[in-house]
Amino acid sequence: MRVNVRQREGVTILDLKGKITIGVGDVALREAIHEALSAGAKKILVNLGDVSTIDSSGVGELVSAYTTVTNRGGKLKLLDLPPKVADILQITQLITVFDVFEGEDEALKSF
Amino acid sequence: MPADSLPFHLTIGSRFENIELVQAVLADALGAYDLDAESRHWIDLAVREAIANAIQHGNRLEPDKRVEIDLELGPEELVVRVRDEGEGFDPGELNDPLAPENRLRPNGRGIFYMQKFMDQIDYDFRPGRGTQVTLRKRLSGGADGEVAAPTAAERPKPDES
Repeated sequence: MRVNVRQREGVTILDLKGKITIGVGDVALREAIHEALSAGAKKILVNLGDVSTIDSSGVGELVSAYTTVTNRGGKLKLLDLPPKVADILQITQLITVFDVFEGEDEALKSF
Repeated sequence: MPADSLPFHLTIGSRFENIELVQAVLADALGAYDLDAESRHWIDLAVREAIANAIQHGNRLEPDKRVEIDLELGPEELVVRVRDEGEGFDPGELNDPLAPENRLRPNGRGIFYMQKFMDQIDYDFRPGRGTQVTLRKRLSGGADGEVAAPTAAERPKPDES
Protein backbone atom coordinates (compact mmCIF):
# COMPACT_ATOMS: atom_id res chain seq x y z
CA MET A 1 0.00 0.00 0.00
CA ARG A 2 1.19 3.54 -0.71
CA VAL A 3 0.55 6.50 1.59
CA ASN A 4 0.69 10.10 0.40
CA VAL A 5 0.58 12.76 3.10
CA ARG A 6 -0.57 16.31 2.41
CA GLN A 7 -1.86 19.28 4.36
CA ARG A 8 -4.94 21.33 3.61
CA GLU A 9 -6.66 23.90 5.78
CA GLY A 10 -4.85 22.67 8.90
CA VAL A 11 -5.85 19.05 8.33
CA THR A 12 -3.37 16.24 7.67
CA ILE A 13 -4.74 14.15 4.83
CA LEU A 14 -3.48 10.61 4.30
CA ASP A 15 -4.25 9.34 0.80
CA LEU A 16 -4.05 5.53 0.94
CA LYS A 17 -3.76 3.44 -2.21
CA GLY A 18 -3.80 -0.35 -2.52
CA LYS A 19 -4.40 -3.07 0.07
CA ILE A 20 -4.59 -2.50 3.81
CA THR A 21 -3.70 -6.05 4.70
CA ILE A 22 -1.63 -7.86 7.27
CA GLY A 23 2.11 -7.40 7.29
CA VAL A 24 2.37 -4.55 4.79
CA GLY A 25 -0.56 -2.19 4.47
CA ASP A 26 -1.46 -2.25 8.15
CA VAL A 27 2.12 -1.42 9.11
CA ALA A 28 2.26 1.43 6.59
CA LEU A 29 -0.94 2.90 8.01
CA ARG A 30 0.33 2.62 11.59
CA GLU A 31 3.60 4.36 10.70
CA ALA A 32 1.80 7.12 8.80
CA ILE A 33 -0.46 7.83 11.79
CA HIS A 34 2.44 7.85 14.21
CA GLU A 35 4.44 10.18 11.97
CA ALA A 36 1.49 12.54 11.68
CA LEU A 37 1.00 12.59 15.45
CA SER A 38 4.72 13.10 16.01
CA ALA A 39 4.54 16.09 13.69
CA GLY A 40 1.83 17.54 15.90
CA ALA A 41 -1.22 16.70 13.79
CA LYS A 42 -4.53 16.92 15.67
CA LYS A 43 -6.86 16.72 12.68
CA ILE A 44 -6.35 13.68 10.47
CA LEU A 45 -8.42 12.71 7.44
CA VAL A 46 -7.81 9.23 6.04
CA ASN A 47 -8.73 9.04 2.37
CA LEU A 48 -9.66 5.43 1.51
CA GLY A 49 -10.88 6.17 -2.02
CA ASP A 50 -8.15 4.09 -3.70
CA VAL A 51 -8.13 1.20 -1.24
CA SER A 52 -8.96 -2.08 -2.98
CA THR A 53 -8.95 -4.49 -0.02
CA ILE A 54 -9.04 -4.23 3.74
CA ASP A 55 -8.61 -7.36 5.84
CA SER A 56 -9.26 -7.76 9.56
CA SER A 57 -5.79 -6.48 10.39
CA GLY A 58 -6.42 -3.40 8.28
CA VAL A 59 -9.70 -2.79 10.08
CA GLY A 60 -7.89 -3.28 13.38
CA GLU A 61 -5.31 -0.72 12.35
CA LEU A 62 -8.02 1.80 11.48
CA VAL A 63 -9.56 1.23 14.92
CA SER A 64 -6.16 1.64 16.58
CA ALA A 65 -5.56 4.83 14.65
CA TYR A 66 -8.94 6.18 15.73
CA THR A 67 -8.40 5.40 19.42
CA THR A 68 -4.80 6.63 19.42
CA VAL A 69 -5.68 9.95 17.82
CA THR A 70 -8.79 10.41 19.99
CA ASN A 71 -6.90 9.59 23.19
CA ARG A 72 -4.41 12.33 22.33
CA GLY A 73 -7.14 14.87 21.93
CA GLY A 74 -7.22 14.77 18.16
CA LYS A 75 -9.81 13.84 15.57
CA LEU A 76 -9.58 11.17 12.87
CA LYS A 77 -12.17 10.97 10.11
CA LEU A 78 -12.58 8.86 6.98
CA LEU A 79 -13.07 10.00 3.40
CA ASP A 80 -14.46 8.31 0.27
CA LEU A 81 -15.11 4.72 1.34
CA PRO A 82 -15.10 2.32 -1.63
CA PRO A 83 -18.16 0.02 -1.54
CA LYS A 84 -16.22 -3.02 -0.34
CA VAL A 85 -14.61 -1.04 2.49
CA ALA A 86 -17.99 0.43 3.41
CA ASP A 87 -19.44 -3.11 3.48
CA ILE A 88 -16.72 -4.21 5.87
CA LEU A 89 -17.31 -1.29 8.21
CA GLN A 90 -21.04 -2.03 8.13
CA ILE A 91 -20.53 -5.71 8.89
CA THR A 92 -18.17 -4.98 11.76
CA GLN A 93 -20.54 -2.26 13.01
CA LEU A 94 -17.71 0.24 12.95
CA ILE A 95 -19.47 2.53 10.50
CA THR A 96 -21.15 4.25 13.44
CA VAL A 97 -17.83 4.76 15.21
CA PHE A 98 -16.14 6.70 12.45
CA ASP A 99 -17.11 10.03 10.96
CA VAL A 100 -17.31 9.26 7.24
CA PHE A 101 -17.48 11.78 4.39
CA GLU A 102 -17.92 11.48 0.64
CA GLY A 103 -16.31 14.77 -0.36
CA GLU A 104 -13.03 16.28 0.79
CA ASP A 105 -14.37 19.81 1.13
CA GLU A 106 -17.23 18.66 3.33
CA ALA A 107 -14.84 16.57 5.43
CA LEU A 108 -12.48 19.52 5.94
CA LYS A 109 -15.32 21.77 7.04
CA SER A 110 -16.35 19.25 9.69
CA PHE A 111 -13.12 19.53 11.72
CA MET B 1 -18.15 -24.19 -14.54
CA PRO B 2 -15.81 -27.23 -14.35
CA ALA B 3 -17.43 -30.64 -14.12
CA ASP B 4 -14.80 -32.33 -11.98
CA SER B 5 -13.02 -31.50 -8.78
CA LEU B 6 -9.75 -29.71 -9.35
CA PRO B 7 -7.38 -29.95 -6.36
CA PHE B 8 -4.42 -27.71 -5.60
CA HIS B 9 -1.92 -28.23 -2.80
CA LEU B 10 0.46 -25.51 -1.65
CA THR B 11 3.00 -25.34 1.16
CA ILE B 12 4.30 -21.95 2.26
CA GLY B 13 6.62 -20.67 4.97
CA SER B 14 5.09 -18.52 7.68
CA ARG B 15 5.57 -15.13 6.06
CA PHE B 16 2.70 -12.76 5.33
CA GLU B 17 4.00 -11.99 1.84
CA ASN B 18 3.35 -15.63 0.92
CA ILE B 19 -0.37 -14.97 1.26
CA GLU B 20 -0.16 -13.17 -2.07
CA LEU B 21 1.15 -16.36 -3.73
CA VAL B 22 -1.84 -18.33 -2.51
CA GLN B 23 -4.17 -15.56 -3.61
CA ALA B 24 -2.74 -15.74 -7.13
CA VAL B 25 -3.35 -19.50 -7.28
CA LEU B 26 -6.85 -19.09 -5.86
CA ALA B 27 -7.68 -16.36 -8.36
CA ASP B 28 -6.50 -18.55 -11.20
CA ALA B 29 -8.50 -21.53 -9.93
CA LEU B 30 -11.66 -19.48 -9.46
CA GLY B 31 -11.26 -18.25 -13.02
CA ALA B 32 -12.92 -21.49 -14.12
CA TYR B 33 -16.15 -20.38 -12.46
CA ASP B 34 -18.71 -17.88 -13.58
CA LEU B 35 -18.36 -15.66 -10.53
CA ASP B 36 -18.67 -11.90 -10.38
CA ALA B 37 -15.79 -9.78 -9.11
CA GLU B 38 -17.49 -9.06 -5.80
CA SER B 39 -18.01 -12.74 -5.02
CA ARG B 40 -14.36 -13.43 -5.80
CA HIS B 41 -13.35 -10.60 -3.49
CA TRP B 42 -15.18 -11.99 -0.46
CA ILE B 43 -13.85 -15.52 -1.02
CA ASP B 44 -10.36 -14.09 -1.46
CA LEU B 45 -10.70 -12.19 1.80
CA ALA B 46 -11.88 -15.22 3.79
CA VAL B 47 -9.02 -17.39 2.55
CA ARG B 48 -6.58 -14.57 3.27
CA GLU B 49 -7.81 -14.49 6.88
CA ALA B 50 -7.43 -18.25 7.32
CA ILE B 51 -3.82 -18.16 6.12
CA ALA B 52 -2.98 -15.05 8.14
CA ASN B 53 -4.36 -16.75 11.28
CA ALA B 54 -2.27 -19.85 10.58
CA ILE B 55 0.88 -17.76 10.18
CA GLN B 56 0.29 -15.38 13.07
CA HIS B 57 -1.59 -17.31 15.72
CA GLY B 58 -0.83 -20.89 14.70
CA ASN B 59 2.82 -20.79 13.73
CA ARG B 60 3.58 -17.68 15.80
CA LEU B 61 5.38 -16.03 12.87
CA GLU B 62 8.14 -18.64 12.88
CA PRO B 63 9.18 -18.59 9.22
CA ASP B 64 10.40 -22.19 9.19
CA LYS B 65 7.01 -23.50 10.26
CA ARG B 66 4.85 -24.38 7.32
CA VAL B 67 1.30 -23.63 6.35
CA GLU B 68 -0.32 -26.13 4.03
CA ILE B 69 -3.24 -25.17 1.85
CA ASP B 70 -5.51 -27.47 -0.12
CA LEU B 71 -8.00 -26.07 -2.60
CA GLU B 72 -10.73 -28.35 -3.89
CA LEU B 73 -12.97 -26.88 -6.53
CA GLY B 74 -15.94 -29.06 -7.25
CA PRO B 75 -18.72 -28.28 -9.68
CA GLU B 76 -20.75 -26.53 -7.00
CA GLU B 77 -18.50 -25.99 -4.00
CA LEU B 78 -15.12 -24.57 -3.07
CA VAL B 79 -13.36 -26.26 -0.16
CA VAL B 80 -10.22 -24.71 1.32
CA ARG B 81 -8.22 -26.45 4.03
CA VAL B 82 -5.49 -24.53 5.84
CA ARG B 83 -3.18 -26.38 8.25
CA ASP B 84 -0.58 -24.94 10.58
CA GLU B 85 1.90 -26.41 13.04
CA GLY B 86 0.56 -24.56 16.07
CA GLU B 87 -0.99 -25.49 19.37
CA GLY B 88 -4.61 -24.91 18.44
CA PHE B 89 -7.27 -22.82 20.14
CA ASP B 90 -10.85 -23.02 21.33
CA PRO B 91 -13.17 -21.07 19.01
CA GLY B 92 -15.74 -21.02 21.81
CA GLU B 93 -13.46 -18.75 23.84
CA LEU B 94 -13.29 -16.06 21.18
CA ASN B 95 -14.86 -12.72 21.93
CA ASP B 96 -17.79 -11.44 19.90
CA PRO B 97 -16.29 -8.59 17.83
CA LEU B 98 -19.74 -6.99 17.56
CA ALA B 99 -20.22 -6.71 21.32
CA PRO B 100 -20.01 -3.05 22.33
CA GLU B 101 -17.13 -3.73 24.72
CA ASN B 102 -15.12 -5.37 21.91
CA ARG B 103 -15.94 -3.09 19.02
CA LEU B 104 -12.88 -0.87 19.46
CA ARG B 105 -10.46 -3.72 19.98
CA PRO B 106 -7.83 -3.80 17.23
CA ASN B 107 -7.94 -7.59 16.82
CA GLY B 108 -10.33 -10.52 17.02
CA ARG B 109 -12.12 -10.12 13.68
CA GLY B 110 -10.33 -12.70 11.49
CA ILE B 111 -12.60 -15.65 12.21
CA PHE B 112 -15.60 -13.34 12.03
CA TYR B 113 -14.55 -12.47 8.47
CA MET B 114 -14.34 -16.16 7.55
CA GLN B 115 -17.72 -16.91 9.05
CA LYS B 116 -19.22 -13.95 7.27
CA PHE B 117 -17.95 -14.66 3.80
CA MET B 118 -18.05 -18.47 3.65
CA ASP B 119 -20.91 -20.92 4.18
CA GLN B 120 -19.23 -23.21 6.70
CA ILE B 121 -16.10 -23.14 8.86
CA ASP B 122 -14.81 -26.21 10.70
CA TYR B 123 -11.78 -26.63 12.95
CA ASP B 124 -9.77 -29.77 13.56
CA PHE B 125 -7.32 -29.74 16.46
CA ARG B 126 -4.74 -32.48 16.43
CA PRO B 127 -2.33 -32.37 19.38
CA GLY B 128 1.20 -32.27 18.07
CA ARG B 129 -0.01 -32.02 14.49
CA GLY B 130 -1.29 -28.48 14.32
CA THR B 131 -4.68 -27.04 13.54
CA GLN B 132 -6.72 -27.34 10.37
CA VAL B 133 -9.48 -24.97 9.38
CA THR B 134 -11.83 -25.97 6.58
CA LEU B 135 -13.76 -23.30 4.70
CA ARG B 136 -16.62 -24.18 2.39
CA LYS B 137 -18.43 -22.00 -0.09
CA ARG B 138 -21.21 -22.96 -2.47
CA LEU B 139 -20.37 -21.65 -5.90
CA SER B 140 -23.77 -22.15 -7.46
CA GLY B 141 -26.11 -20.95 -4.75
CA GLY B 142 -28.13 -18.66 -6.97
CA ALA B 143 -29.76 -19.07 -10.34
CA ASP B 144 -27.01 -16.98 -11.91
CA GLY B 145 -24.22 -18.64 -9.95
CA GLU B 146 -23.50 -15.59 -7.84
CA VAL B 147 -22.10 -15.88 -4.37
CA ALA B 148 -24.13 -13.77 -2.04
CA ALA B 149 -22.33 -10.64 -0.87
CA PRO B 150 -22.46 -10.10 2.86
CA THR B 151 -25.00 -7.72 4.24
CA ALA B 152 -24.99 -5.73 7.43
CA ALA B 153 -28.22 -7.43 8.42
CA GLU B 154 -26.41 -10.74 8.90
CA ARG B 155 -25.03 -11.06 12.38
CA PRO B 156 -23.16 -14.35 12.93
CA LYS B 157 -21.70 -14.98 16.37
CA PRO B 158 -18.02 -15.87 16.77
CA ASP B 159 -18.73 -19.41 17.92
CA GLU B 160 -20.93 -20.30 14.97
CA SER B 161 -19.24 -22.81 12.72
